[in-house]
Amino acid sequence: MSGELVEIRFHGRGGQGAVVASQILAAALFKEGKFAQAFPAFGVERRGAPVAAFIRVSDRPILLRCEIYHPDHLVVLDPTLIYAVDVTAGLKAGGWVLINSDRSPGEFRLPARFKVATVDANRIAVEHHLGNPTNPIINTAILGAFARITGLVGLESLLEAVREAVPLQKEENAAATKKAYEEARAGEH
Amino acid sequence: MATEVELKAGIPSGKKVITGNYAVSYGAALARAQVIAAYPITPQTQIVELLADFCAEGALRANFIKVESEHSAMAACIGAAAVGARAFTATSAQGLALMHEMLHWAAGARLPIVMANVNRAMGPPWSIWTDQNDSLSQRDTGWMQFYCESNQEALDTVIQAYKVAEKVLLPAMLVLDAFFLSHTSEPVEIPEQGLVDRYLPPYNPEFKLDITDPRAFGGITMPSEYFELRYKMQKAMEEALEVAKAADLEFKELFGRGYGLVEPYRLEDAELALVTSGTVTSTARLVIDELRAKGERVGLLKVRLFRPFPTALVREHLLKVPKIAVIDRNISFGHGGIFAQEIKSALYNAEPRRPLFGFVAGLGGRDITPELIEEIIAYALAHDRPEEEIIWMGVKR
Repeated sequence: MSGELVEIRFHGRGGQGAVVASQILAAALFKEGKFAQAFPAFGVERRGAPVAAFIRVSDRPILLRCEIYHPDHLVVLDPTLIYAVDVTAGLKAGGWVLINSDRSPGEFRLPARFKVATVDANRIAVEHHLGNPTNPIINTAILGAFARITGLVGLESLLEAVREAVPLQKEENAAATKKAYEEARAGEH
Repeated sequence: MATEVELKAGIPSGKKVITGNYAVSYGAALARAQVIAAYPITPQTQIVELLADFCAEGALRANFIKVESEHSAMAACIGAAAVGARAFTATSAQGLALMHEMLHWAAGARLPIVMANVNRAMGPPWSIWTDQNDSLSQRDTGWMQFYCESNQEALDTVIQAYKVAEKVLLPAMLVLDAFFLSHTSEPVEIPEQGLVDRYLPPYNPEFKLDITDPRAFGGITMPSEYFELRYKMQKAMEEALEVAKAADLEFKELFGRGYGLVEPYRLEDAELALVTSGTVTSTARLVIDELRAKGERVGLLKVRLFRPFPTALVREHLLKVPKIAVIDRNISFGHGGIFAQEIKSALYNAEPRRPLFGFVAGLGGRDITPELIEEIIAYALAHDRPEEEIIWMGVKR
């Protein structure tokens, strides 16, 4: 509705922490003086099932209180979702698709109107003792990569929001965020 | 994201990004609720979960009573309020319906209990998404009802509701949309406890259950007295209009935020007034701004207080406008949208007569988008009067 409004959709699987990631990002943006609104897909969540979470950010108070149909950017916490659900549905041309994957962005054959970036958040999480190889906790790492590729949020405020939000392993989570910030790879189109 | 550690010293003030549910929990904690009795139900559960955390951490000194049903939750609140404690509960949909008998009891016994109801559509078929049929079905129980537009308003309304309820001795319900507020995180100013204490002194009723001064309440009342007690309830509701207005003004002076009982938005010189409640108001403000920028003379009236109904204010604002369009996220089966009926009834004995369009939209959480609101406005602008008594928006037939 208003020019400066940015809308972002997170795709994950129940239990991966997509909703918490959206809340941490909202808190980080708020620290930078922005207005932010974060909400989960309004539904019934089950562990392992595809889930979504959303965030709006603006320089002005956000009055829009409806669902998001045409996000500016996407964050995909589980790369298998690319083939399981229509992740790019409604995504605006020129939008970023950030995928948690050890593969290079070019290996994901997404339409050329989207920009693709990847980060190996699974490996980074395990290296920082967040979860285990079968069930890594990657929601804080992926946010670091998001900050890097979109430039929408600064690393410092993000790290502060991560430390405040996670109940345990605050420094490990912050370090994973920072590492993913450094490692994020943007694709070439 | 409960912040267990910092809470030990009380409820920390400041601006935080929190959900509507947590905003309600903060409101109840800052109001120093003394007894909280609740039964979990989606999408309300997080409200009482955080309050349970506050109690467990010692940030809130309240008795948290786990009960086996919503009927018992309200019964426990009634008992607590009868001995003079500040009581709080929260529920949704079927849970509120199960309380129905006790809602009458709380109001008839003149107990100023405050409850949050997260609007959830009634089943069957099961739904967890928002619409207003649950709370509006309790219209005639004698509870005040405030409909909230933002997380901040939800927090602030808990505190205001106690102020009004304890003055007029009627219970109050604040109502917020499932998910669009309950599960949406946004910046909320959490006021300082000291300031809330100044606004809301401890509850000290004139009459209460006291084992050192035994009395009975609510016993059999003959036709020679019952009628007068009902008359007094209505008078208390009428008084509540003034009390709520004053409570909101005082709140604004102390905290810098006020909401009014209704709020006119860009209604000056409008050809059409949209009437909204809940989160639809917020989205509709954007639509009004866009249409105003294009030169359309449209505005809106937000109805925040539904019981008591602010008839005089509704007349004052709406009779100036040639056409009225009401958006109802509810339906009284066999008649129509409930806000539309209430507005019609408020305007019937006043002049001039205005055409009123009653739109039903968004039942069971169906999204009410800016485009849908634009469609509603376009219909009302294009027609002299409605073609049907109920105009269904977006229904698949």
